[in-house]
Amino acid sequence: MSIDILMPALSPTMTEGTLAKWLVNEGDSVNSGDVIAEIETDKATMEVEAVDEGVVAKLLVAEGTENVAVNSVIAVLAEEGEDASSVSAGGSAPTPAVAQAAAAPAPAAAAPAAPAAAPVSAASQAEAEWDGPTKTLSVREALRDAMAEEMRANEQVFLMGEEVAEYNGAYKVSQGLLDEFGSKRVIDTPITEQGFTGIAVGAAFMGLRPIVEFMTFNFAMQAIDQIINSAAKTLYMSGGQIKSPIVFRGANGAASRVAAQHSQCYGAWYSHVPGLHVVSPYSAADAKGLLKSAIRSETPVVFLENELLYGDTGEVPDSDDWTVPIGKAKIVRSGSDVTITAFSIMVKKALAAADALAEQGISAEVIDLRSLRPLDTKTILASVRKTNRIVTCEEGWGQSGIGAEISARIMEQAFDYLDAPVTRVYGEDVPMPYAANLEQLALPQAEHIVEAAKAVCYK
Amino acid sequence: MATRPKKTSPKTADPKNFSAEQTLEYYREMMLIRRFEEKAGQLYGMGLIGGFCHLYIGQEAVVTGVQSAMVEGDSVITSYRDHGHMLACGMDAKGVMAELTGREGGYSKGKGGSMHMFSVERGFFGGHGIVGAQVPLGTGIAFAHKYNETGKISATYLGDGAVNQGQVYEAFNMAALWKLPALIIIENNQYGMGTAVGRASASTELFKRGQAYGIPGEQVDGMDVFKVFAAAQNAVDYIRSGKGPMILEMKTYRYRGHSMSDPAKYRSKEEVQKMRSEQDPIERLKEFILSAGHSDEAALKAIDKEIKAIVTEAADFAQTSPEPQPSELYTDVYV
Repeated sequence: MSIDILMPALSPTMTEGTLAKWLVNEGDSVNSGDVIAEIETDKATMEVEAVDEGVVAKLLVAEGTENVAVNSVIAVLAEEGEDASSVSAGGSAPTPAVAQAAAAPAPAAAAPAAPAAAPVSAASQAEAEWDGPTKTLSVREALRDAMAEEMRANEQVFLMGEEVAEYNGAYKVSQGLLDEFGSKRVIDTPITEQGFTGIAVGAAFMGLRPIVEFMTFNFAMQAIDQIINSAAKTLYMSGGQIKSPIVFRGANGAASRVAAQHSQCYGAWYSHVPGLHVVSPYSAADAKGLLKSAIRSETPVVFLENELLYGDTGEVPDSDDWTVPIGKAKIVRSGSDVTITAFSIMVKKALAAADALAEQGISAEVIDLRSLRPLDTKTILASVRKTNRIVTCEEGWGQSGIGAEISARIMEQAFDYLDAPVTRVYGEDVPMPYAANLEQLALPQAEHIVEAAKAVCYK
Repeated sequence: MATRPKKTSPKTADPKNFSAEQTLEYYREMMLIRRFEEKAGQLYGMGLIGGFCHLYIGQEAVVTGVQSAMVEGDSVITSYRDHGHMLACGMDAKGVMAELTGREGGYSKGKGGSMHMFSVERGFFGGHGIVGAQVPLGTGIAFAHKYNETGKISATYLGDGAVNQGQVYEAFNMAALWKLPALIIIENNQYGMGTAVGRASASTELFKRGQAYGIPGEQVDGMDVFKVFAAAQNAVDYIRSGKGPMILEMKTYRYRGHSMSDPAKYRSKEEVQKMRSEQDPIERLKEFILSAGHSDEAALKAIDKEIKAIVTEAADFAQTSPEPQPSELYTDVYV
């Protein structure tokens, strides 16, 4: 049976080329891998190798021919035992799918356009109201308890990071864990974020459930490739075969007087990425409940804490089983005049702003977003449909921020309910300065929220 | 790996110590990789495979020899030049080829492509497109083997281009520090894309790259499957005994460009031709098989024919398997 040799495409964009030179003659025997021709593309001259063995029966395109279309038959090969002279041009052999080749580059059938079809992911069960006993814990203790309980419950859970073991955590979040679980499960790493993050993700591929502590998320920028390209995307790239049940946690945002390289909010960065869940709790109870959910999740979770909140205390349900679902915002103060959204330490400022607004006769509803991906659009929209006004708050920069995203969703889904433009409160568009006064000026404060809320209420 | 015949486990690289059965198995496997890659190149030329497509032609002895020293339950991870590794791990040629064409029947349902394929069943963890990123990941797989006390090891392949990535040394340090069961195979095919090793690496003795961490390294003729196997077997024994990682630098050569669209102008035709005519791993093995009387021309031809049938079947499957359903766009983003 004869075999057609087709004009090959030598790059993803090539549609035609010049057949510069034949390196074989009719009647020559060729083996797989033999160079049979040279082809000039718009970029370079490339060699064409034979894939099959046989005798060159016919050269159909003369050398020097320009504009030879990709996939056109340029020569015919007679297979072993076949009479080369009897082979006809463009032989009757089942030409390997030329027709399909032409059709292949066509885009797949149009996907459903509705963004609603996009995966929002699991995590939609309602949060159980807790009426059992509680205990007063700091955010720091709540985080530690969450890890300890989950480590007791599942041998596959372990903690790794800089200073998490013998030092008991740079911010003492992992206090006591080494004593209880030993060095196999509470692992001090060298200062080598990209390396240990990759190692943790590889371990998660194997079914372990690592908790990776970044001393702060500023240092996770060293490892962001492993978080996004390896942890977030591998489930998809493997057609669902490989999961990454891993938690990346640590302090996020500005601490105090540590300047530009140590004061940045990564909420918007990670929330951009499909395949990740991103949470950023404010209260001690949410810190515990969300961290437990994150550790149990099959999805990689970026868990953004705040150093300035570690010492804040709150009432936390006294139960090993209590968790907070990822993807649910919480209305932390009900109101009727304006909606204020915030997360992490900005919730504290939003609540202070709401107090101040109340004194001025404005009733603010404060929503603690808690999860940035999935973002609980439903809760935000319901509130906006009630108050008709919204102020979003975040410590990070405004451009492409969480507030920008919320604003866009409201435009798309609640435009007609608005009595005032969506207004954003965010960090100044500068690297964080060191000087105390400048740092204060760079960070969004409760007063900014008050001003913004009054503005949207036209007061 | 279970399909592989029992090994004779010779400790030396002397081909005479290998059984005819194992020797022929090497031939079969290397020939499968080569024919598969040639076919992939052809399908790329026809526009059936898109994007990047990095062929393994010339390097077949490396993965064939190393994988024959591994056992069921060991894990493998590599870079984007991964087709040969998947075949050597026992993955089905049809599923690999169908992934190359972006079809439903591919290992990643058409969503990963040439550079991103996986098979948990075969212990193959990709297929990674970021140069060097697979080294921490592979070290993490070794970490999991140690954590779970499986007694198994993780083999991480990287190229000479990846050895200058910082994260590689971060991983080496922790692998040695924690005595992880990690086999590191540096496939030194002489060029990182278009840059010759000596133009990218201050020291070109890549097997010494673990010295600072106390990781032993060995340079191996990666064009000789017997030498590759013997070195891999010794390394695997060392690693399995709990002593920590080991590095093997395989001196090898890729015949084709870095990817399909590489005209390879950074090296001479003579250089390529010389490697092909003097060092070809398959030709060398074939000559040995014939001279040792393990088989004859006719029998090898029969093997070639079998391989051709497998590759043809894979190519047919890769063209007839449907494109993924549009609804697949949204699956596997979250668990």
